[in-house]
Amino acid sequence: MSTLRAAAMGGYLTQVLAVAGAEVSKLRHDPWELVSRAIQPVLWLVLFGEVMAQVRGLAPHHVAYLDFLTPGILAQSVLFVAIFYGISAIWERDLGVLHRYLASPAPRSALVCGKALSSSVRALSQALVIYLCAALLGVHLNHAPADTAYAILLIVLGAGLFSTFSLIIACIVRTRERFMGIGQVLTMPIFFASNAIYPIALMPRWLRWISSANPLTYEVDGLRAVMLTSGRSTYGLAHDVAALVLTAALMIAIASRMYPRMTQ
Amino acid sequence: MPTAGAVPQSVDRGNPRPAVVETHRLTRRFGALTAVDAVSLGVRGAEIFGLIGPNGAGKSTLIKMLTTMLPPSSGGAVVAGFDLATQAAQVRRHIGYVPQLLSADSELTGYENLLLSARLYLIPRAERKQRIGEALAMMGLTEVRERLVRNYSGGMIRRLEIAQSTLHRPAIIFMDEPTEGLDPVARHAVWSHIRDLRARLAAAVIVTTHYMDEADVLCDRIALIDRGRIQAVGTPAALKAEAGANATLDDVFEKLTGLAPEGGDYRNVRQSRRAAREHT
Repeated sequence: MSTLRAAAMGGYLTQVLAVAGAEVSKLRHDPWELVSRAIQPVLWLVLFGEVMAQVRGLAPHHVAYLDFLTPGILAQSVLFVAIFYGISAIWERDLGVLHRYLASPAPRSALVCGKALSSSVRALSQALVIYLCAALLGVHLNHAPADTAYAILLIVLGAGLFSTFSLIIACIVRTRERFMGIGQVLTMPIFFASNAIYPIALMPRWLRWISSANPLTYEVDGLRAVMLTSGRSTYGLAHDVAALVLTAALMIAIASRMYPRMTQ
Repeated sequence: MPTAGAVPQSVDRGNPRPAVVETHRLTRRFGALTAVDAVSLGVRGAEIFGLIGPNGAGKSTLIKMLTTMLPPSSGGAVVAGFDLATQAAQVRRHIGYVPQLLSADSELTGYENLLLSARLYLIPRAERKQRIGEALAMMGLTEVRERLVRNYSGGMIRRLEIAQSTLHRPAIIFMDEPTEGLDPVARHAVWSHIRDLRARLAAAVIVTTHYMDEADVLCDRIALIDRGRIQAVGTPAALKAEAGANATLDDVFEKLTGLAPEGGDYRNVRQSRRAAREHT
């Protein structure tokens, strides 16, 4: 029985990696896409970061603002890449590629997890660019292996979570045109109602409440703790990871039910 | 005359193999429209079975239900020995599906597309390379395996999609308009691959088409579908004989439905114009 179960789990993993592997192949064929997507976060750090660093009181007093900002911009770029993932799902539906996936015996949740992991692959390549840029700007980065592993985990979870959220939206709106409108509307509040570019302490009470229900807040909080030499978590790293894991699991459960209906 | 109705009537008694697809009053409604209306059919192993009818007749909807892409509104089916409603994953394991739309990924190479399918169908790692190699050779794609599918011709893409859908050696292969938009040479190539698959895998092949000539030369048996209903089932020869001396399948179709097969709405016209343009 246990060998059977192990074989089933191995099969599940093979199918998840098959979907994500296709994404890695695509990135290998067209690496320029990664470069072009890295421009925006770099501009945020260089333009926004350097100016706002002159403002007192934005970051906790022992932290340079650019240090404070870097994990926020990393989480932001992960969000921006992930939140438009639904578009590619609709695109795959319109072309017919989605039929190839759904006609296969792979469990629907394996397909959804594979798509989530695809987005994580992209997010990690973005993270690499942001780490390099931050190092050049003199951000006090922490390179301890255990902390870096945590940073990777947080990025993978964040990308998977928001891309699956995007997939759910795609299942609801069903057309690219409608999605474009909604995607823009969603990214603004997720980004600004979080601790990405300013501390929650500066917010009015009602916004603080929204921010503490926003998964991005926990991703940024966790990244601040592990990315920076002066890093400190507000909620506790275990709490951050747990919040992201639970939200991601919920998103995957919902998407696994909705995704197969996209071809109908 | 064979007509729609209970399963036994529409199963070919001349073929000794057991039925691999049996539908029972399979129905799909979209709002007020009944796209597939109480279809009862039987398809036996190693049979090339054609679903013929104009665009919008319900062929694709029927295929989508039989491949578990779309749940029926009522009725049921047993596909490859598994119940469509309760054993969808098992059904998927034993069928191959070549959708009407472009299902190969244009951003991947031919080899990568096949690798994706091999992994999704859990073909053991030790066999993957060999099976992919065989499939590429069979479909004449070995030379272009490392090229992005974006740069393939329409015929090459179709062949790749057939290879992707048969890598796991399914008992039944569903093909929705497999020759749509192909030039005559590519069409004939697809026909010979379909015959080849039937011989090699002993698989039943269920194809939809609105080309009567295609149905005539390719299929062992055909079902004429119009407005969601099966109008007739039989071998092309038997159907033609019933319609009269020297009758063509077009005549059979016109007689049964009162429609010229080319007749249709704006969408049909647009599609046939586009097809015509691609043929020239």
